[in-house]
Amino acid sequence: MKPLEITLGAASIVMFAGAVLGLAPELQLGSISPPAGLKPYTLSERRGRATYVDLGCMYCHSQQPRDKVQAPDEERGWGRAATPGDYSYDRPHLLGTMRTGPDLLNIGVRQPSEDWHLLHLYQPRAVVPGSIMPSYPFLFVKKDRNLLYPGDRTLKVPPPYDEPGVAVVVTEEARDLVAYLKSLKRNHPTDELPPPVPPPEEAKP
Amino acid sequence: MAAAVLVTTFLMGIVALVAVLWAVAKGQLSGGSNGARVIFAPGELGIGENPNPTADLEPDPETGLVQGQTIDELQARIEADISSRQPVLAFAGSAVLWLVLGSVLGLIASIKMHEPDWLNESRLLTFGRLRPMHLNVVAYGWLSMAGIASALWLIPRLLRTTLKGGGFALLGAVLWNVAVLGGVTSLGAGVSEGLEWLEFPWPVDALFVLAGGLVSLPLFFTLRTRRVEHLYVSVWYLTAALVWFPILFLVGNGFSLFAHGVPQATVNWWFAHNVLGLWFTPLALAASYYLIPKIIGRPIHSYQLSLMGFWALALFYSHVGIHHLIGGPVPTWLVTVSIVTSMMMFVPVVAVAINQHFTMWGHFRYLLTSPTLRFVVLGAVTYTLVSFQGSLHSLRTLNTLTHFTHYTVAHAHLGAYGFASMIFFGSMYFYLPRVVRFEWPYPRLITAHFWFVFIGFGVYFIGLSIGGLLQGFAMLRAESPFMDSVTVTIPFLVARSVGGALMNVGHLIFAGHVLILMLHFGRARTAPAQFKPLAIIAAELKS
Repeated sequence: MKPLEITLGAASIVMFAGAVLGLAPELQLGSISPPAGLKPYTLSERRGRATYVDLGCMYCHSQQPRDKVQAPDEERGWGRAATPGDYSYDRPHLLGTMRTGPDLLNIGVRQPSEDWHLLHLYQPRAVVPGSIMPSYPFLFVKKDRNLLYPGDRTLKVPPPYDEPGVAVVVTEEARDLVAYLKSLKRNHPTDELPPPVPPPEEAKP
Repeated sequence: MAAAVLVTTFLMGIVALVAVLWAVAKGQLSGGSNGARVIFAPGELGIGENPNPTADLEPDPETGLVQGQTIDELQARIEADISSRQPVLAFAGSAVLWLVLGSVLGLIASIKMHEPDWLNESRLLTFGRLRPMHLNVVAYGWLSMAGIASALWLIPRLLRTTLKGGGFALLGAVLWNVAVLGGVTSLGAGVSEGLEWLEFPWPVDALFVLAGGLVSLPLFFTLRTRRVEHLYVSVWYLTAALVWFPILFLVGNGFSLFAHGVPQATVNWWFAHNVLGLWFTPLALAASYYLIPKIIGRPIHSYQLSLMGFWALALFYSHVGIHHLIGGPVPTWLVTVSIVTSMMMFVPVVAVAINQHFTMWGHFRYLLTSPTLRFVVLGAVTYTLVSFQGSLHSLRTLNTLTHFTHYTVAHAHLGAYGFASMIFFGSMYFYLPRVVRFEWPYPRLITAHFWFVFIGFGVYFIGLSIGGLLQGFAMLRAESPFMDSVTVTIPFLVARSVGGALMNVGHLIFAGHVLILMLHFGRARTAPAQFKPLAIIAAELKS
């Protein structure tokens, strides 16, 4: 074969694959309107989402529960199988490919406490013994207990992670990130999933 | 949608069938009876290429040939090697530096997995930034630049002429380094597009498209002055790879700028798997298809099969990406397309396996002496293994277990390191002495490099694969708490760090040796730098 034939053949194959794997899904799913039960992110949640991207949370946390037929994701409290509509406001997508930590698409449903999230970000092992999540001390400011400003929000850190005389002050960035985590709820009804299969009838004795 | 896909698939199948029939009828896939021999000089068959560029080469008293070649042929080959010197050295030297940086980043990230409070005061050193920095540095700094270096050295050799337009590649090397440096700096600063494999911000992406385009120019200029009738299979792979890279980078990044949600994820994985399948893989296969026959002096086993394998790889590999999203919110037809093509990958993989392993059959003694061959053959064997593994765990049943676990990370490293990196190490051991006209001064350093990375990677891969499987089983047991799937992996994550540390030592030895070679330090050798001279082994075998 001539170089031109190889070049054209190779280029057209990869473009065709791009059309199948990229353009076709865009045509099929791009026009789906956001589900009624899903709210757009607020400004604070969007800032928190940017921090989620910046700190690379998606390298250890997926956001795509699998169907209960395939895996026990729903039994773990991670939520129903995800649908394309669930990601109507997601850019960049954060589906993820790794579960060093649990799936987070419904973390806002199963863990609504802001205090829990803040402490978990400051020192994961203070709330989840044995966790291997990194701690994020730079999302907080350590101050002398006596030099706090009025309005400083402090974090109650349990031993052995507390330091005497030191107050841990929550930054705006940490609060935004937690706002984003709490917004992760995909428990609205969806018509994008097939109707549930009725359980097989028990055999009569 | 499903009907449209079905009709399109049917029509494409018919078109592909007609194309194959046409190609076979026209003899397009045979290359004549001598296709496999175009890389040899007429008298060279049966003689392995002497790896030392500075040895005193005595003509054979009977034939008057030097290593099976006339003096003119030998001189032409030396000129071909020298013609690509500047761009090859620019790409290879940069690649080695990026390898050292990239593997240090990887090691720190690995240790942080089991020491999560280590180095936690700075954003720059948080795991979520180190991991993409590691991936992008080794993918675009080390693997890409090492692959391009070997491509630029191969082009004049394969086309039996000198490299034309090397200046464009040299400019490409400068831009490429600027792009990697700019990209990794912005990731360190927290500026990321947030898509795995597509993290670099778009101005950096634009530089890569430009640099990739510049790098492909010398191939096309050199093709116009080629002195060979038939294009050897390596040329096919190189041409395709150099065409694919700018297209992939442009379309992948461009599309993901505008898409969102699920379609963005599918383009993401179309791109990411194609970087492996249509960029690293063809660059590495082009090198191994040349080096294995060259070193043992024997044409590849079934040449026609290698050409069929090339088109099969292009057709099937380009569609496998969505197997990264099995179980995700993706249309079932799309996942099925990727699973089917993943299974079809057995065709090109078996074609390569038959060719490379059967060519080696009966010549394994060369593995004892030739550093290049030992690295390249290890890479070629790993290619077979990693491809079989990849096809199998794209099946829904196995994927349910391995998806979202460290097993996939181990698999990715088996491809990028056990296959591609090993072949690029091996080809550097072959071409670097030739382009700098100085033989590797310390063969023992090559031995040390080999064993450090071989044992280190063995520990890494076996440890992480076992850890990943246990993690997968724990996650599928609904009654076990999630933390079980974390705890069970800890010893294996430590093993990964140990293996990674050994690999890092190997890389430092390798980088030091490359530096010594480039500066012409050390003793000038007249004998080739081999693991052990053949004569010694022969004597040992006799006694």
